[in-house]
Amino acid sequence: MTQSIVVQVGQCGNQVGCRFWDLALREHSSINKKGIYDDALSSFFRNVDTRAGDEDCSGLSGKKIQSLKARAVLIDMEEGVVNEMLKGPLGELFDSKQFITDVSGSGNNWAVGHKVYGSTYREQIVECLRKAAEQCDCLQCFFLIHSMGGGTGSGLGTLVLNILKDEFPEVYRIVTSVYPSAEDDVITSPYNSVLAMRELTEYADCVLPIENQALVDIANKIKLMSHSGKVGAIKQETAIISGQGGVSVQEKPFDAMNNIVANLLLSLTSSARFEGSLNMDLNEITMNLVPFPRLHYLVSSLTPLYTLADVNIPSRRLDQMFSDAFSKDHQLIHANPKHGLYLACALMVRGNVQVSDLRRNIERLKPSLSFVSWNQEGWKTGLCSIPPVGHSHSLLALANNTCVKPTFMELKERFMKLYKKKAHLHHYLDVDGMEQECFTEAVSSLSSLIQEYDQLDATKRLIMEDAPRLNIAV
Amino acid sequence: MSIVTVQLGQCGNQIGQELFDVISKDCHNAQGQSNKTETEAYRACSQERFFSEDHGKDTPSARAVLVDMEPKVISQAIATAAKSGIWKYGEQSFFCQKQGSGNNWANGFCVHGPRHERDIMNLVRRQVEKCDRLSGFFTMMSLAGGTGSGLGTYMTQCLRDTYPHSFILNQVTWPYGTGEVIVQNYNSVLTLSHLYQSSDAILVHENDTVHKICAQLMNIKQISFKDVNKVIAHQLGSVLQPVCTSDGTAEYKRNPLGDLMETMVCHPEFKLLGLRNIPQMSDTALAYSAFTWPGLLKHLRQMLIAHAKMEEGIDWQVRPPLPGLPAVEKFTGNKESRFNTSLSNLLILRGKDVQSADQGAFADPALYTSWRPPGSSITTWRTPIAFNRYEKLATLVSNSQLLLKPLDSIVGRAWNMFASRAYVHQYIKYGISEGDFLDSFTALEQVISSYSNL
Ligand SMILES: Nc1nc2c(ncn2[C@@H]2O[C@H](COP(=O)(O)OP(=O)(O)OP(=O)(O)O)[C@@H](O)[C@H]2O)c(=O)[nH]1
Ligand SMILES: Nc1nc2c(ncn2[C@@H]2O[C@H](COP(=O)(O)OP(=O)(O)O)[C@@H](O)[C@H]2O)c(=O)[nH]1
Ligand SMILES: [Mg+2]
Repeated sequence: MTQSIVVQVGQCGNQVGCRFWDLALREHSSINKKGIYDDALSSFFRNVDTRAGDEDCSGLSGKKIQSLKARAVLIDMEEGVVNEMLKGPLGELFDSKQFITDVSGSGNNWAVGHKVYGSTYREQIVECLRKAAEQCDCLQCFFLIHSMGGGTGSGLGTLVLNILKDEFPEVYRIVTSVYPSAEDDVITSPYNSVLAMRELTEYADCVLPIENQALVDIANKIKLMSHSGKVGAIKQETAIISGQGGVSVQEKPFDAMNNIVANLLLSLTSSARFEGSLNMDLNEITMNLVPFPRLHYLVSSLTPLYTLADVNIPSRRLDQMFSDAFSKDHQLIHANPKHGLYLACALMVRGNVQVSDLRRNIERLKPSLSFVSWNQEGWKTGLCSIPPVGHSHSLLALANNTCVKPTFMELKERFMKLYKKKAHLHHYLDVDGMEQECFTEAVSSLSSLIQEYDQLDATKRLIMEDAPRLNIAV
Repeated sequence: MSIVTVQLGQCGNQIGQELFDVISKDCHNAQGQSNKTETEAYRACSQERFFSEDHGKDTPSARAVLVDMEPKVISQAIATAAKSGIWKYGEQSFFCQKQGSGNNWANGFCVHGPRHERDIMNLVRRQVEKCDRLSGFFTMMSLAGGTGSGLGTYMTQCLRDTYPHSFILNQVTWPYGTGEVIVQNYNSVLTLSHLYQSSDAILVHENDTVHKICAQLMNIKQISFKDVNKVIAHQLGSVLQPVCTSDGTAEYKRNPLGDLMETMVCHPEFKLLGLRNIPQMSDTALAYSAFTWPGLLKHLRQMLIAHAKMEEGIDWQVRPPLPGLPAVEKFTGNKESRFNTSLSNLLILRGKDVQSADQGAFADPALYTSWRPPGSSITTWRTPIAFNRYEKLATLVSNSQLLLKPLDSIVGRAWNMFASRAYVHQYIKYGISEGDFLDSFTALEQVISSYSNL
């Protein structure tokens, strides 16, 4: 079995990360009743004997759980969030060697995060990552969690991505990036996001863009449902915004939204951790979903959003779960995959779902979706037998679809609005090593990305001829 | 004689486990039947073929080597086998690593193959040393993944080099046409083109076909991979279990793979074998059904000539071409309803009154390509021992145009993708070039052309 390391950077990264660790523990403890440290646990946790001077006994699979430590590196240039986490019930998961903090923050300035803190902390970050990597016997993947709009997550987070590519070229880099919504309170967020985008396009193996507004909409939808009482009460802990059953008691403002992202990461890694009749390991994600290296942005959706408490109400049909995964209001960014062109699509199913359910639904949904001419049967499927806590089944759909383009175009527009006025620009250019070119190169990288999606979109309504086959002389 | 099985990747290991299970159970059931010496011979032959007994009274161990690049599937297979109580896998007869090949054929073939060749071949050698007489190797794998397809292809080459005189039969699972691994067509093209060089014969199971059998013939509502695998295992068992190549019990002892190759593969250009069987139904339906050999064989013959993959929905309009008509006529017509021309067929009949069954309808020269000498194309093997609770069971192994359409479709789709160079960089990263792709395409276009011109 392989291991993964979570690298959480900035306020957003650490708050989402915190929810991830809570829900990961909840998931494992609901399955692992005997308290034995098993392979599944080892993918995100180490087993440490605190009485024996923190001796690492992760190598001994099948041993009793002593004290679990998260395979994580926590980075923030403000200490607030990390400190609070360490004081809380999740604090035991981390030790002091696993985090890097400063006190003054990046002031929502990508350049400060990337250039200033980047050069100050580079050595320390490398050290910390190496340490975490040494504790794995087969490190497969880094999950970077950060936001695009701020300074630390966006600036320093993408620097970490650079470092990972240099130091661990063989290890996959999957990035969860929280994109700012249009009325984000950070005024410079368009700058930060566009500067970060260029790094993501160059250095990530794949990116799961998440839009805060989409998370809010989903959370509201669930809350509305649980208050209306129309269809019967929701089984609370099953809602993908719920942290019930975890160790954290207090709910903080972003928690509902962050739980959605945490659930995304749990589903994404479920088949790598648990058995199933058709496994989908993490290295299969890029292999299947990334036809060209730069086009690695995957739109994701999680269904169902909750299950109902009353078992007498027939649970929403299994097929509904598949239909919902393709509807625009279940996507974790504002995008409509039915209007875009699919380059590839993965369906990762958990629980009591069999291959016939997959085949039936693929055939049923196919006519409403357009796929690029050279990948008309562009489906990847995975079946993991362990469902999420409280559910009988669930689905994570990952779409490499041109419907991400509008998000990027909007971002570019907002960037240009500021940039034309040179608003706040000097805050960036004052930073050592930050040149005007950083801006022009970042925006041209984004433009060419948009153009690549454009070119694919243009093929959508064309009837493409099959490539003429090789002739064999008889 | 014995067969050493090599199960590779998730698919190969899951199907392999079901195969040994069905064989084991079949042997147990066979004990209850009437003619004692005959069943004893059958049972003994099957045991020698598939199992070794280390300490006499121990549960027999499968003559199998389990290979995967990740641990989860193998540990499940070993545990499931142990739970059966009637057979098990050898204690040290598996090889796994920590992470799979990520559906990348090049990773399996160029990286894992050379890296683990020694260890895996050692395990194989240990199984070979346990055989008094080795017939050859039977490998099981999928075409679509990375381990089964890439490493499986590599290991087949190693087997060919190390055991040049043994037979190698590759069982391959063909992916669902509607897509389940996005690079499945690339992986399939690379696998088939390479296997064509080192394998003696490639026995194909299409997931789509077996899935349909589960739905329409077995009446299973929610079909799992386990259900699919049970049908595949049943079909494989009905070919691989002992059967008399001529009359008399002593004949159970022949070389199972050698006999198969000799009858089925007469020319190295034609190595693709398809399987059909009849009847195929759920246990409950089976209990209420009665069959006659002429009825079964009539259906089976029509399935063969009309490209029908199962008993349901056979097109009875399709007829062999009239003698004297120019051959072109055969493939200008509409592709679907075209007549299926065979190269060679093997009929395996098991169960009650088997001696009365008449193969005559399969001997019609109109069924075969013109260059085959008359009478050499059809072979029938029989045994009165019923297989897997089927009172009568007819299995047809066919080297014919049955697989032409699926092959053409895989090559066509892979070629379309290759034209845009999508995903090619992922393969190049592990050491195969665009030229290698082109060679594989060329090799398979050649195979397609040969089968089309039968
Ligand atoms: N019939 C059948 N097909 C299977 C089964 N498991 C996987 N497959 C098929 O095999 C293909 C996927 O290949 P796998 O065998 O999972 O891949 P692998 O050989 O383990 O290779 P990697 O996972 O890429 O390292 C798909 O076409 C699946 O439908 C099974 O149990 N039965
Ligand atoms: N979903 C989510 N978004 C957050 C959270 N915290 C901050 N954000 C978003 O992140 C952006 C600000 O970046 P932040 O992470 O606070 O800055 P940093 O600490 O400098 O990286 C804004 O778009 C916020 O809306 C959080 O916990 N969850
Ligand atoms: Mg596998």
